[in-house]
Amino acid sequence: MALIEIENVKKQYTSGDEVVEALRGVDVSIEAGEFITIMGQSGSGKSTLLSVLGGMNHPTSGAVEMAGIRLYDLPGEKLADFRAQNLGFVFQSFHLISYLTAVENVMLPLAIVKMSTAAKKTAARKALERVGLGNKLDRLPNQLSGGEQERVAIARAIVNNPHILLADEPTGNLDSKTSEEVMALFRELNDAGQTVVMVTHNAENGAYSDRTINLKDGTVV
Amino acid sequence: MKLHTISINNLKRRKAKMVFLTIGLMVGIATIVTLVTLTRSMSSDIERKMDEFGANILITPQSNGLSMNYGGISLGGVTFDQREILEEELAKIKTIKNSKNISSISPKVLGGIKVGAHDVLLVGVNFDSELKMKQWWKIFGDAPKTENELLLGSDASNVLNASSGDTIQIKGEAFKVTGVLDQTGSQDDSLVFASLGKAQKLLGKEGKITMAEVAALCSGCPIGDMVTQIAEKLHDTKVSAIQQVVEGRLKALDQFKRFSYAMAGVVVFIGSLIVFVTMMGSVNERTTEIGVFRAIGFRKSHIMRIILLEAALVSLLAGFLGYAAGMGGAKLALPFMAESKNAHLIWDSSVAFGSIGLALTLGLLASLYPALHASKMDPTEALRAL
Repeated sequence: MALIEIENVKKQYTSGDEVVEALRGVDVSIEAGEFITIMGQSGSGKSTLLSVLGGMNHPTSGAVEMAGIRLYDLPGEKLADFRAQNLGFVFQSFHLISYLTAVENVMLPLAIVKMSTAAKKTAARKALERVGLGNKLDRLPNQLSGGEQERVAIARAIVNNPHILLADEPTGNLDSKTSEEVMALFRELNDAGQTVVMVTHNAENGAYSDRTINLKDGTVV
Repeated sequence: MKLHTISINNLKRRKAKMVFLTIGLMVGIATIVTLVTLTRSMSSDIERKMDEFGANILITPQSNGLSMNYGGISLGGVTFDQREILEEELAKIKTIKNSKNISSISPKVLGGIKVGAHDVLLVGVNFDSELKMKQWWKIFGDAPKTENELLLGSDASNVLNASSGDTIQIKGEAFKVTGVLDQTGSQDDSLVFASLGKAQKLLGKEGKITMAEVAALCSGCPIGDMVTQIAEKLHDTKVSAIQQVVEGRLKALDQFKRFSYAMAGVVVFIGSLIVFVTMMGSVNERTTEIGVFRAIGFRKSHIMRIILLEAALVSLLAGFLGYAAGMGGAKLALPFMAESKNAHLIWDSSVAFGSIGLALTLGLLASLYPALHASKMDPTEALRAL
């Protein structure tokens, strides 16, 4: 059985009197350990698909099943708990917390986990070492370069050993050299067994993945 | 890393914002503390002044007669047995439960006496307590200091044709007039005042007094209670409150207090608005951050805890600083606001705890809606990137 099953997912937005169909019945199946890139032009619905997949955006219809759990059937805050335990997010603009140091940013997902502070710090330090930033633990985001901030964001996404790492245009704000380094890092994580689902509009990034899902006007093509 | 680490680090590393929020709340709390403390200090000062200003309790001997006197016009009396009070009895007043509320006791002995061809009413008083109680007296000359000195009411001075520096004879003894009262419009105008001891001797009433006026400080003690307490100690006397004086004072104070509390209410409301607007602004500024928290699995309750803990810490600090600043402000303002130079600041622990508690309550209440608003943010909307 696949790790992720997306069945006939539709998502409609209402903008004034207009109804926008962002996803028009998407079916996707992702195996554990796969590195998937979702590609498509702006407005194709790729970011909407990632947010639906990440348990943050209720689909209008259809189902998302992850490791045998139907995400949007989870009651109340259980969906938040599911995100905390099973998913890691890397955002396009890094979205690091400006007043927290690199190690504190990485520890953030562990703030709601029952662990000793020392254990949390060790896990965060290991995650930062894994992305090559073991020597910049106490730097604030504004003291790091764009590539370094991206690495901190990746470390934050993997610190809780998620089943799936979701990334939205992770190289969108980086120069080509840094982009290559970041993509190599994702590849490295995937080689170590991490399932990765990445949204990108850059065809070159697709070369790092096992499979590419192309979206056009809210449907898989 | 725990949730409170996020709150504390946010406050520590966003100092400018924290300072702004603290100042906003602190100003509100300081204003309230200043107003409340000034009100209390001024009330106490005014109360003290008013209590010292004239008597509010009258002690007279028990009598089965009725006085036929109205507004200084006397038509004689229907008195069957005029009694007097023993002077030593007055010491018992100092033993009542609320003795600390007694500002001054002014015993008087009264009796008719002949001065030249005129019949005058001689009043023996203790000049120290009498002058303290009748602060409106304006004396041309000086108050008597020795036994053979007199103070004349303005009408008495005219009738006796005597003024400051003159000497008059009473029962063959020479008395020097040291001062004349300016017109008061009361019975004092027609009286001749001598020291209590001398008047008792002249009237043949040694050790006795005709009446006593008491100035009682009403603060924390209903005047009715004191009347009862004095009556229990002094038998064969009639103790009565001068209701018109008591009620007038209470009403004036009540109006002043109501005005001050209304002002404090307005300031509390403005202070709450400042906190609400600042917290709401802070939440809106942190939309992305809250989106990240929600995306990585923070529950709504986690977000609320972060925001409310920040509000609580800032409010506590604002409460402490507001109390200190408020008391400082009150100390500076009191000399300009209070009527008397002796007015002193009232340090009250309930104001200290109250202001910190109020800051905390206000901060939390004003932050409740912003915190709820933040917790309900849709992570996708908040991040916009996903």
